Amino acid sequence: MSQVNSSVEGSMDVLVEVTDLTVGFGSLRAVDGLSFRLEKGAALGLVGESGSGKSTVASALLGLHRGTGADVGGSVRVAGIDVQEASDADLHRLRGGKAAMVFQDPLSSLDPYYAIGDQIAEVYRVHTRVSRRAARARAVEVLDRVGIPDALRRSRSRPHEFSGGMRQRALIAMALACEPDLLIADEPTTALDVTVQAQILDLLHTLREETGLGLLLVTHDVGVAAESVDEILVMRHGRAVEHGPVDTVLGAPTEPYTRDLLGAVPRVDVPRAPSEASSAAQEVVLEATGLRREFGRGKRAFAAVDDVSLTIHRGETLGIVGESGSGKTTLGRMLVGLLKPTAGEIKPGGGVRPDVQMVFQDPVSSLNPRRSVGESIADPLRARGERDEESIRGRVRELLERVGLEGAHYDRYPHEFSGGQRQRVGIARALAADPRVIVCDEPVSALDVTTQAQVVALLGELQRELGLALVFVAHDLAVVRQVSDRVAVMRRGRIVEQGPADEVYDAPQDPYTKQLLAAVPALDPQVAARRRAARRELATT
Amino acid sequence: MSGFGGFVLRRGIGTVITLFAISVIVYVVFFVTPGNVAQITCGPRCSPEQVHQVAQQLRLDDPLYLRYWHFLQGILVGQDYSTGTSVEHCSAPCLGLSYQGDQQVTQLILAKLPVSLSLVFGAMVLWLILGVGTGVLSAWRRGRFTERLLTGITLAGVATPVFVIGLVLMIVVCGQLQLLPFPQYVSLTDDPEQWAWNLLLPWLSLALIEAAAFARLTRASMLETLAEDHIRTFRAYGVGERSIIGRHALRGAFAPIIALNANNVGSAVGGAVLTETLFGLPGIGQELVHAVNVVDLPVVVGMVLVIGFFVVIANAVADVLYAVADRRVVLA
Repeated sequence: MSQVNSSVEGSMDVLVEVTDLTVGFGSLRAVDGLSFRLEKGAALGLVGESGSGKSTVASALLGLHRGTGADVGGSVRVAGIDVQEASDADLHRLRGGKAAMVFQDPLSSLDPYYAIGDQIAEVYRVHTRVSRRAARARAVEVLDRVGIPDALRRSRSRPHEFSGGMRQRALIAMALACEPDLLIADEPTTALDVTVQAQILDLLHTLREETGLGLLLVTHDVGVAAESVDEILVMRHGRAVEHGPVDTVLGAPTEPYTRDLLGAVPRVDVPRAPSEASSAAQEVVLEATGLRREFGRGKRAFAAVDDVSLTIHRGETLGIVGESGSGKTTLGRMLVGLLKPTAGEIKPGGGVRPDVQMVFQDPVSSLNPRRSVGESIADPLRARGERDEESIRGRVRELLERVGLEGAHYDRYPHEFSGGQRQRVGIARALAADPRVIVCDEPVSALDVTTQAQVVALLGELQRELGLALVFVAHDLAVVRQVSDRVAVMRRGRIVEQGPADEVYDAPQDPYTKQLLAAVPALDPQVAARRRAARRELATT
Repeated sequence: MSGFGGFVLRRGIGTVITLFAISVIVYVVFFVTPGNVAQITCGPRCSPEQVHQVAQQLRLDDPLYLRYWHFLQGILVGQDYSTGTSVEHCSAPCLGLSYQGDQQVTQLILAKLPVSLSLVFGAMVLWLILGVGTGVLSAWRRGRFTERLLTGITLAGVATPVFVIGLVLMIVVCGQLQLLPFPQYVSLTDDPEQWAWNLLLPWLSLALIEAAAFARLTRASMLETLAEDHIRTFRAYGVGERSIIGRHALRGAFAPIIALNANNVGSAVGGAVLTETLFGLPGIGQELVHAVNVVDLPVVVGMVLVIGFFVVIANAVADVLYAVADRRVVLA
């Protein structure tokens, strides 16, 4: 390309140009003076924690704030259209025609009442004056393009008849229908299992290679960005913290916030820091043998957990990983006693009552919004027959301080706390009953990575001090590696592999474990490229 | 058994069981009362001979299950009754005899049913058009003057009793303007045109009130759908507001509209007493009130069963339509 006409050529090659963008909702500034450019065919990752304003930027690119009362300033140009100034008709032409968006939750992002092919055809007909029949044919074509098997027949299915991964493929197909220049993907894989996530990211990669599509990827997951983009823009509080080529930002970050963020990301390829507690005496606190749990009756019955045996020792962490539907939550609930096993038994080690407590996934819905957190923590104490108000309050204060909150927080309500603080309240509630075992069901999956790291650290600290045994149920392989002494991998209700964490992660024996580990996004773009090639080979052989 | 056919079959079986349960409950409530059942059944003005005759007809000497069995038999295959001098055959579905005119309850109901059905189904068409139309309009113009005006009107509609609207309509349309004669029921089979003209005011007054509820429901569920993620998807793909309202948001309101409609149709068959009385329509509701006033138990029982029948059938039809509107129901 010649350097002479660079200014003219430059503007021709620019797909997105955002200059000093601000978006305000009332007194809140979601985006505050953000500028970036995206060349044709390039890929940019907007990375940040919740509330950083990254999704707001994505919406602003399509002018989705028009008419919502949001305060938009600065300028946004996409594919030559000034989004702020464009007429409604131009804006409708831009949306889907030149820039298409893929959303986070593929189930709720499609209309449940219409066939998937019809929905894609409808969008296609908005942008092209073709017959219904031709639009329908185009829908089948793009569904086939994104790897939906038997696309003609499946185009007549409704969204609920598709799996999560297939729905996301269908949304990508909708995006491709009008051959846009830019694809905006807002957390496209966050709701998906790790193996499905890898498939979707590989699909996006292939599409970019073949069609020269520009990509703006919005994600909280640094690993996902590392896999998919050339450039990264780290956002915080609506501003750009660091912006540069993906190798530089991830390999040699200059900003302290980027460093903190990267430091907090759990690594699947790095062993857990050795802990003295893990080598403690092998005293069994809980033993489960031949556990089985069925749901449904008659012909509809299926076993969510089937023939699972495990032992939990004092002071250790047993990680249970699996994808959605693997039965890990059902197993956790049986260990606590929330569900009765259909067969098999759970025995306390040494004949002592095991005192198993639970920490739940969603710190928002697992606390009663109408009761103060102190009262919630006091529940297990009252359930045990404690009646003396003074000693209950004293004990709750002690527990609040134990988990890094303040005793004075007793009378506050859940909405006054952040997600991480609420999870601390959940942990305090579990501790109230003096358990020997705590089952944590996805305790950190709803939290940002930096908060995640803090909660994980708290659990480790409590474990060391109180000699607790932890059962850590999670879908995130990296988090599980960073907390577990031993790991059990579950699939379709069974444990396919079980052993010391480092053995399972570094030398997996079961093919499914290998597949899972190969699907985890790597933080290093070069490693990511190697893995992608490996996955392609696995798929073709 | 699975799929749509299986769903319809399961729902049909459920309907039959419900109807059976209703017949048992109604029978027990009305006929197994303490005191002289024959006297209560016959009414306070019956002579001892009549009471005795009733006791025989009701087989009061038989055990309860046998009595119910005969009652059920009457409904399913018909029954013979002794009137003292002769034996009268009452063919299925036989609901017994009225003691006020020695008339068969079934015949009595069949004579009144067309009036009630004409009123309800005609009104239904109107309330669906008016209600859903208003609802769509206010969802579309949400936050603007049109919506506030419509909301005010529907609120007034919900709050106004039928006899007020009906009377005002009658006074203005028939009295002052003399556009229509005062309503008088004409059978559909006799003269369809006169049937429609005479029922126009009753339809309107019943529909105006019901329409308000439909407008509110339609508006609420459309607004709910409009806040959902898939609407955002179509907006982000440049789909126009008209398609979003008419195709996607309205579709989400179908299921609740169907459910409410079934309920209203079912209960209006016997429950539009005020409208029937106001316009002098000899329908089920009016007859039921009369039967209660003169304590004609067989007629009351028969009417209650028929009304229950319509409510149950309307709900069964609604469930099937619901499943057609939203196929996910079949899976549940």
